[in-house]
Parts: sequence; structure tokens; C-alpha cells
Amino acid sequence: MAVQALDAARLPVDWAKLVQKLALATALFVVAYGVVPAYASGYLVEAILLPFLALSLAAVGLNLLTGYCGQLSLGSSAFMAVGAFGAYNFNLRVEGLPLAVTMILAGISAAGFGVVFGLPSLRLRGFYLAVSTLAAQFFVQWALTKFGWFSNDNPSGVISAPHLAVAGLSLDSATGRYLLSVTTVMVLTALVWRLVNSATGRNFIAVRDNETAARVIGVPVLRTKLLAFAISSFIIGIAGVLWAFTYLRTVEPAGFNLDRSFQILFIIIIGGLASIRGAFWVRRSSLSSRSFCPGSAHSCSAACSIRAFST
Amino acid sequence: MSYYDFLFVIEVLVGGLLSGVMYSLVAIGFVLIYKTSGVLNFAQGSMVLFAALTFVSLVERGIPFALSLLITFAVMVALGFTIERTVLRPLVNRSPMTLFMATLGLSYIIEGAAQLIWGTQVHGLDLGIDDTPFEVGGILISSFDLLAAAIAAAMVAGLSAFFYWTRIGLAFRAVADDQFAALAVGLRLPRIWGTVWTAAGFVALVAGLLWGARLGVRFSLSLIVLKALPVLVLGAFDSILGAIVGGLIIGASEKLAEVYLGPFVGGGIEGWFAYALALVVLLVRPSGLFGQKTVERV
Repeated sequence: MAVQALDAARLPVDWAKLVQKLALATALFVVAYGVVPAYASGYLVEAILLPFLALSLAAVGLNLLTGYCGQLSLGSSAFMAVGAFGAYNFNLRVEGLPLAVTMILAGISAAGFGVVFGLPSLRLRGFYLAVSTLAAQFFVQWALTKFGWFSNDNPSGVISAPHLAVAGLSLDSATGRYLLSVTTVMVLTALVWRLVNSATGRNFIAVRDNETAARVIGVPVLRTKLLAFAISSFIIGIAGVLWAFTYLRTVEPAGFNLDRSFQILFIIIIGGLASIRGAFWVRRSSLSSRSFCPGSAHSCSAACSIRAFST
Repeated sequence: MSYYDFLFVIEVLVGGLLSGVMYSLVAIGFVLIYKTSGVLNFAQGSMVLFAALTFVSLVERGIPFALSLLITFAVMVALGFTIERTVLRPLVNRSPMTLFMATLGLSYIIEGAAQLIWGTQVHGLDLGIDDTPFEVGGILISSFDLLAAAIAAAMVAGLSAFFYWTRIGLAFRAVADDQFAALAVGLRLPRIWGTVWTAAGFVALVAGLLWGARLGVRFSLSLIVLKALPVLVLGAFDSILGAIVGGLIIGASEKLAEVYLGPFVGGGIEGWFAYALALVVLLVRPSGLFGQKTVERV
């Protein structure tokens, strides 16, 4: 960290840039909390903004793992499912648990799960690891369908999301759900942004760029990888809660299939690995393209991904 | 364990081994491309689907069996060649992850194209092989599976002969061994990659016909890629022998697990058991059973 301190001491503070950043942040806040809730139509919020926010958050989480730490994962939607079902069960089984606590607990269960399925990363590299994350994908979907306990023995396996409220204020309306989503996404994205610029974030990048070299210069590779899996799964888990509670309003295993994992992967690929902003831009554009060619969202994003590579 | 129980175990085992051969068929297509170009071709599954769908649609339009086979083969060759030209050649020297993503995207495009060209209905595919089980020492064996295994064996033998006794096969092996060295002695990499994609197209055709005859030609056919992946990691991405042995191990243990382990956890474990098994093997041997050990340098 001495190096960082030196850098900071040498570089003069760029005031113009700082002001620009502050202005941008203010504008973002005004749009997110003022303009959108006041003017956006129900359709815009329900069909575009809510899935956009949830999937972008998932993409931010996956990007931390794949883009920054270099561990390819094909099981993102399994972690989303763990988060969503975790939140549902915490809410159901613990009386009067505040929403924020429920979400954090759901995130923690997804993180624990992520660490377990991240363990193979200590031995495996590249594709071998990617394929082993598919184990998580199939196992979670199987377990959630097979054991009725997770869905509270609901015969159809599809359960409706609980009533959402913070400090007695109901958030069940479209605007309320939007505010919940946007706040969660902003807080977590800010945390991730801080994280990737911290010592831990640098360790992630070191492990990604050259694991052996990272080990040689003293980066705790094993801990770093597991930490990346834990934090990334935490975020993806909370994204799963948003996806199920605010967008779909139901919790069902089939909603978290392999295609969803690929979709999140496409988002980070097109938006750029190791780019937080990319996660948001792409999610937006792929949603707008979907409204023009329904059903072909995958082919579109696939085409985009190939094009993005060729250029 | 009584005699009949024992027979039952053997029967499950044989059935499992034979279905394992079917997994190997798909896995070999992956290995061919991975070995020579380092690309994990996720689109192999949709190539299988595309081949089967093209063939069955041609047959249904009244074109004779042999001619349809020939046309489909030509189409697959063209497809393999086009993929190499338009998708992979511009991406030469990118990271393996990038190439994988490109083929992942490609698989959706091929699936979409197949849907556009041939429609979405399910077709039955009759290869003229009858599937009456016959009995060997009290064990029932499916004759179709046995024939499929024979075809797979013939294909592997053919591919091996090709690799060992032809000039281009020798070039393949040189490229698989060391791309830079192969380039340095004057081998034309693009041409070799083109050929290997052609070979993968051929393997996809064979796999497509057999799988299509087994399950019917439908869009879920491209999902067999998910059956081939654990086979690949178990046996190693870069070994044809690994793909075969891996397929046999996965096929047999999957069936045995479904019969003997399934009832305790509520069944339906076929979806993930292969992955769990592959994972356990990988923890002991991180680059698969037959993989080359990688040496790491800074």
C-alpha cells in the first residue's frame, strides 16, 4: 500500500475531473430518485427498468469474478436462485424480519454456496473450472424442484413473492419496487467500485493476469479466489432477490435456468470484462433490441458478442 | 446378491456403457477442434442439431437416403469452413475465453438459423435400424445401441488412421503439439484449421444421425452438448482416448447411480450426477484423466 500512498502524493488532485464526477453523480441521483419515479410510465418501470436493474446487478457481480478475478463461471443463475429462495424462506420462517436483513441473509447464503462451488477453483483452471460451475447450475435447479421444503411444499412449485415493506412503508407498487431496486443496485455497485480500486481488487486482477506471478509476489491466491467467489455470489444472490421479488413477483426454479446464466455472461462480455459501466449499458441496449425482435434476444446478443470480438 | 440381481447390475452397466458411447460421439467433435486450435467449441451441439435437421428434412422431401447423406455432409463441410473463416480466423490469438464466448454466441446463431430454414417441428428419424433388444446370457441388449457403438468405433478407427497415416493427419498432430513450431516449419495453419472444422462437421453429422434416431430430431438435441461437457473434463479436452473412456465412465456410472442412488434422494439425478463425478475426478487430476500436464511459467 506504500506504492499507492506514493502515487497519491505525487499526483495533483484533478479538480475539474472531481467536479465533473460530482455533477454526474448528482445528475444520476436526480434521475433515479426524482425524474423516473415522477414521470416514468408503469410499463417502463415494470417491463424495462426492473429487469434491467436486477440483471445489471447480477452482471456486476459476475464481472467481479470473471472480469476482475479471471474465473469463468457458467452458474450465475444458480446463485440468483439461491438468493431468491433464501430470501423467500427467511421471510417465511422468521417472523417480522426486516426486508434489508432478509436480503443480506439471502446474499450471505448465496455467498456460502458460492464458496462451496468455488472450492474447485483452487485446483482447476479455465474451462475445467467453467464446466464444474455448471454442476452448481444443474444441482441447484434439481434440488429446488425436488425438495418441497424450499418452496414451502407449494404444489405448483411457483410461489408468489411476499409483501415488501421498509419501516412500515409498503413498496408493493411499481414505483416502490423500483425505488427498492435502484437503491440496492446503487449501494452495491458503489461498494463494488470501491472494492476493485482497493488492495483486494488489485489482488483479483493480479490473480487474473498471472496466477503464478501473483503467488510469487505474495498475493494469497487461494483466499483471493474464494473471496471473489463469495462477494460475487453475494451480489448475484441479491440480484436474484430483486429479479424474483421486484420484477417477476414469483419465485420459481425454472426462471433461473442455464439460459439466464448465459445471458448474464453475454452482458459482461459485450459490456466489456472488468468494466462496471458496461454491465448497465448492455443490459439497456439488449432490452431495447428485444422489444423489436421478440424471442430472438439471444441471437441478437450472440451476434453482438461475435461482432464485438471481431472489431 | 442373488443371481438375478447380479444380472440386473450387468444389464444396467451394459446399457450405461452403450449410452456412454453416444456421449463420446459428441465429445470427439470437441476434442478435434480443441486439440488443434485450442477452442472449446460450444457450438458443437447445435452443429449436431443442424446436421440431423438438414438430413431429416431432405429425406422428408423425397430425396434418397444416400444422396441426402451426401448433401448433408457437403452442407456440414461448408458450415465448418464458414465458421472457421468468418468467426474464428478474425479472432486468432485471442484468449481461450474469448474464443469460447464466440462459439457460445455461434451456437445460438446456428440454432436460430436451423429454426429459420427448416421450421420448428419435431421430426422422427428412421435410419432403417430396428431396435429390438436381444438376449445374451440373460441380459437384454439394445441392438440399436450396439450398432451405434460399432459406428462410433469405426469412426474413431477411421479418424485415428487418418491422423497417423496421412500427410494432413501428421500436420494435425504437429499443430496440436506446438502451434509455433508447426508454423515455423511451414505448415499452413488456416488450411489445417479449415480441415479440422470440416472433420468436426463430419463427426457432428454422425452424432446427429444417431442421436436423432434415438430421441427424434428436435431442438433439445443441441442440449447434448451439456452431456458431453462432463465427459470432456473427465477425459481431458485434448485426448480422443479420453473422450471415449470418459464417455464410458460417465455413461455407466450415471445409469448405476440413477438406479442405486437415485431412490434415496428422490431420483432425477441424471442432470447433475455426471458433473459431480467429473468434479471429483478433477480434484484428483486437475487436467482430466488423459490430459497433458501443463507447466506454468511466469
